[in-house]
Amino acid sequence: MSQFLMPSLGADMTSGKLVEQTIAAGEAFQRGDVIAAVETQKGVIEVEVFEDGVLDRWLVDLGTEVPVGMPLAVIAHEGDPQPDHPEIPSEPKPPMPPDIPVVRAEPDPTQEPTPPETVPLPPEPQPQLGELSPTTASETSATPYVGATRPRITPAARRLAAELGIDPAGLTLATDQILNRQQIEQLAVTLAETRDSPAPKSDAAGEMRKAIAAAMTRSKREIPHYYLAHQVDLTTADAYLTKLNAERAPTTRLLMGALFARAIALALTKFPEFNGHYKTDGFCPAEAVHLGIAIHIRTGGLVAPALFDAETRTADDLMQGLSDLVSRVRAGRFKARELSDATITMTSLGARGVDLVTGVIYPPQVAIVGVGTPRLRPMVHDEHVVPRLSATLSLAADHRVSDGHRGALFLRAIDTKLQEPQNL
Amino acid sequence: MTQAEIETALTNELYKIAPDVSLDDIDRAGDLREEFDIDSMDFLNLVAALGKRFNLPMPEADYPQMSCFDDLVRYLVDKSP
Repeated sequence: MSQFLMPSLGADMTSGKLVEQTIAAGEAFQRGDVIAAVETQKGVIEVEVFEDGVLDRWLVDLGTEVPVGMPLAVIAHEGDPQPDHPEIPSEPKPPMPPDIPVVRAEPDPTQEPTPPETVPLPPEPQPQLGELSPTTASETSATPYVGATRPRITPAARRLAAELGIDPAGLTLATDQILNRQQIEQLAVTLAETRDSPAPKSDAAGEMRKAIAAAMTRSKREIPHYYLAHQVDLTTADAYLTKLNAERAPTTRLLMGALFARAIALALTKFPEFNGHYKTDGFCPAEAVHLGIAIHIRTGGLVAPALFDAETRTADDLMQGLSDLVSRVRAGRFKARELSDATITMTSLGARGVDLVTGVIYPPQVAIVGVGTPRLRPMVHDEHVVPRLSATLSLAADHRVSDGHRGALFLRAIDTKLQEPQNL
Repeated sequence: MTQAEIETALTNELYKIAPDVSLDDIDRAGDLREEFDIDSMDFLNLVAALGKRFNLPMPEADYPQMSCFDDLVRYLVDKSP
């Protein structure tokens, strides 16, 4: 037997809400299967399981906010003895009553009329249990109390909460409040009443901003950044794309972003000190390039999900990967590994940006490559000043791991790759 | 296909990409990417969707004829059978 824990899906995550249990008790699964969907400030994230086994039982009900590292489910393995229930260091919850509707993040089309075939926006986070409580809503100016600390609760209230399937760890409370039995009863009534009514909207953009602020503050506090910039002539790459795309249907056309991704991934194989994670015991270079792509969200904020094994993929493959990531950013749905396993990030200003972006490193990564907006600039080419399409590449990297000399060579290596687009 | 039908189709496709922008609020002669705040990937997806819907190749060489909402409608009216 083992436990499946709430994973950390990035430096800025302290807790997540269980919104889907995709494997039922008694069901067998394999490593890599999606076991659950968890809602965070970044959207709904599909969580994969990293072992084969059989799901013994869920410990946490749908809709519960669970701190990172807390057990979500018990997993049985082949050859395990078959005890009734092993000791689990958390309050086991009763099984879900069958009449509780599954909470889904997708907007319900019957509640919000929209034109047909629309792509859903990043979902509004479902309310936390505590937000439904009349006590917390009316009587206290609540400090968000989700995270490592558990709310104080009387023993009677804890027992009742367990009977009712309410996890007190998910409640939003004023810090000085102690939960009693009466409040749990009240909460259960409120929950039952609100289950069938539309969920009140909460501030998704505000939550996203908090998550970004937390990660970027940590980055600026912990990482001694240094910055480099380099102007890259893109005329050859652009001509290559124009020729290539002329014969292609729209769905198979390549964008410059795919060439950048490919060039960065290839260059990284010679510069491992920019690809990996800085952990408590120092820098751990990564064996593969999982290239995080910073993607802006229309409703505010951004996420940087990873293109896995970018160094082994063709530009066409990376283009499909980019397109897939962008469409899933719109739908607000990711795989857990995409958010936690990126080994370096690329942030691109696109066609309508400005010349230069110097990024902020996303911990525990150690570098971020910026791509400014390509535009025609006067450049010296064959001893003449001529208009050439160019863009400013930048690098922000971690001085604990590398120095400007190597950083400069890395940027030039990307440049060199881009001058031979047919090899990308 | 009538101009009105094409406008409706284009509006629907744009809504999928930029649901937060209303056609009423934009300058139909202004730069399409600016008006709808869309990037290269969004534009490529729009072109792909329109190509599929109207069975048109939508070559990159024709992108300059798709620079604003009105131009794009005109382009689709001209090209579609």
